[in-house]
Amino acid sequence: MSAKTKSGTFNRSFEPWLYLLPFIFGIVVFTLYPVINVVLISFKEGYRLLTGAFDSIGVENYLKVISDPYFINGIKNTAIYVITVVPIATAISLFFANLLNQKIRGIAIFHTAYFLPLVTSATAVGLVWKLMFNGQFGVINYLLGIFNIGPFEWITDPRMNIYTLIIYGIWNMIPFTTILLLSGLQNIDPLYYTAAKVDGASSSKMFFRITVPLLAPTIGLTCVVNTISASKVYGELFPLFNGRPGIARNLYTVVFYIYEKFYVDWDLGSAAAASIILFLIIFVFTMIQLQIQKRWKYY
Amino acid sequence: MKKRFHFSPKKLLVYLCLIIGAIIMVFPFYWMLVSALKTTAEFNSYPPTWVPENWFNMENFKTAFSKAPFVTYFMNSVIVTISCVIVTGFTTILAAFAFSRLKFKGRDVIFSLLLSLMMVPFEMLVITNYETVTRLQMGDSLIVLIIPFISSIFYTYILRNFFLSIPDSLYYSARIDGASNWKYLWRIMVPIAKPSLVTIMLLNAISCWNSFLWTLLVINSDDFRTLPIGLYAFMTEGGSDFKLQMAASTFTVLPMIILFLFTRKYIVNGVARGGIKG
Repeated sequence: MSAKTKSGTFNRSFEPWLYLLPFIFGIVVFTLYPVINVVLISFKEGYRLLTGAFDSIGVENYLKVISDPYFINGIKNTAIYVITVVPIATAISLFFANLLNQKIRGIAIFHTAYFLPLVTSATAVGLVWKLMFNGQFGVINYLLGIFNIGPFEWITDPRMNIYTLIIYGIWNMIPFTTILLLSGLQNIDPLYYTAAKVDGASSSKMFFRITVPLLAPTIGLTCVVNTISASKVYGELFPLFNGRPGIARNLYTVVFYIYEKFYVDWDLGSAAAASIILFLIIFVFTMIQLQIQKRWKYY
Repeated sequence: MKKRFHFSPKKLLVYLCLIIGAIIMVFPFYWMLVSALKTTAEFNSYPPTWVPENWFNMENFKTAFSKAPFVTYFMNSVIVTISCVIVTGFTTILAAFAFSRLKFKGRDVIFSLLLSLMMVPFEMLVITNYETVTRLQMGDSLIVLIIPFISSIFYTYILRNFFLSIPDSLYYSARIDGASNWKYLWRIMVPIAKPSLVTIMLLNAISCWNSFLWTLLVINSDDFRTLPIGLYAFMTEGGSDFKLQMAASTFTVLPMIILFLFTRKYIVNGVARGGIKG
């Protein structure tokens, strides 16, 4: 070890690449090549796994996917999910973040409680939600029953499935969103509040005149990040509906469609085409995110 | 140092809201545990009972463990998570160092290309990666669960930013003292970057432990299932006894909850930088 103390013993311009080698290897083989390959597969008709043989090149896969009722169903459900879950979860998280930003005793315990779902397996948590959503003996119907609401067949009635997914999705999104908003709140200079207090502003006035405008970039950023992750909703479906997209195959999402085309039907061309469409949707939102970050110089 | 605890009406309201919110967020975990501890009679009673009669009723755990090899699943999860954290940590440290400290041709071009790759969802890469590991005949082994994740652009990005904040003068004085780049990295930079490194490793551990889609695709045999996939298989194959599912679920989430209780600050800090996959 000690014999080679100077890096001059081997070529200086070569050294950085030795440091990069393992990292670049992983990226090239498992990210860069797959990105290029999935674009190619999406244009190959009748692509066969492993042999790599295909019948012809064209846009047939794309035409097949966009005319597939299951894919259209997937786009529709994903859109509904994003449009409902993101704003509701953001509003609740904004409220929670303000609560957690208070300087009061025992706040650490509350932080722990609110952020717990971040670290837990979606499969395990999905299973307990399925139990709570049970139509006959589920605790959610019991609690709603106290207020004379329901009972609902959350799992077994196809019409209820999307609400089940949305409620679970909101709960799931809250911890991450709350953390982002809370760190945004903590970046606001306390001097603003001190000045406002001197001028005799009420706390609701301070919230809407100081907190909300100064937090706007964080809220915008949070919404875009959540929109991107909500566009990829699928994992929640496995435990809730026994591995099916809704109890009667009524609740496809874009990624669930990709998963099924790939792993159940082995129609790789369609799966690739659908994932390119997903990427384009995400790309648009990512561009919006970058614009927000640039304009507000956040981070 | 004891301050008098004064309850103003406003403070009371804040506490009330905090408690209601905490109940909403924690209740599913409470319900998971409580359901796992209930007997059949308790479980079937309606309205539901809020606490189990016997907090030490291990029947459901015993039955679940006899029906599926959860200890094997647990060991697989531990092996995969630890290996993944070590291997990815290693590639990340080296790459972050090269991108922040070393100078080479095309460094910034390569780095911005990497950043643009970050927006590609993993779901899009799955088809080709599946092909790759099958072609290399790595199917059905624990290595397959680690290998696609050996490099992380996001973690490298976080660590590189931290490395950039370490003053140049430290580097030059170390070099003058005769330290090689390698030595400088491991003796000086890594110890300084410990908080960032711990955060990265914790985030990585969480996402490895909970990894679902990839494991579901590549693992067929019971011997190599991790806890989330074992749990999912137990649900689809092992019947629909909710009590047993809840016992298995509790066993799956417990290690990460314990980890979280001890390292909350690091994890929350990392998440605030956008570092967890949805």
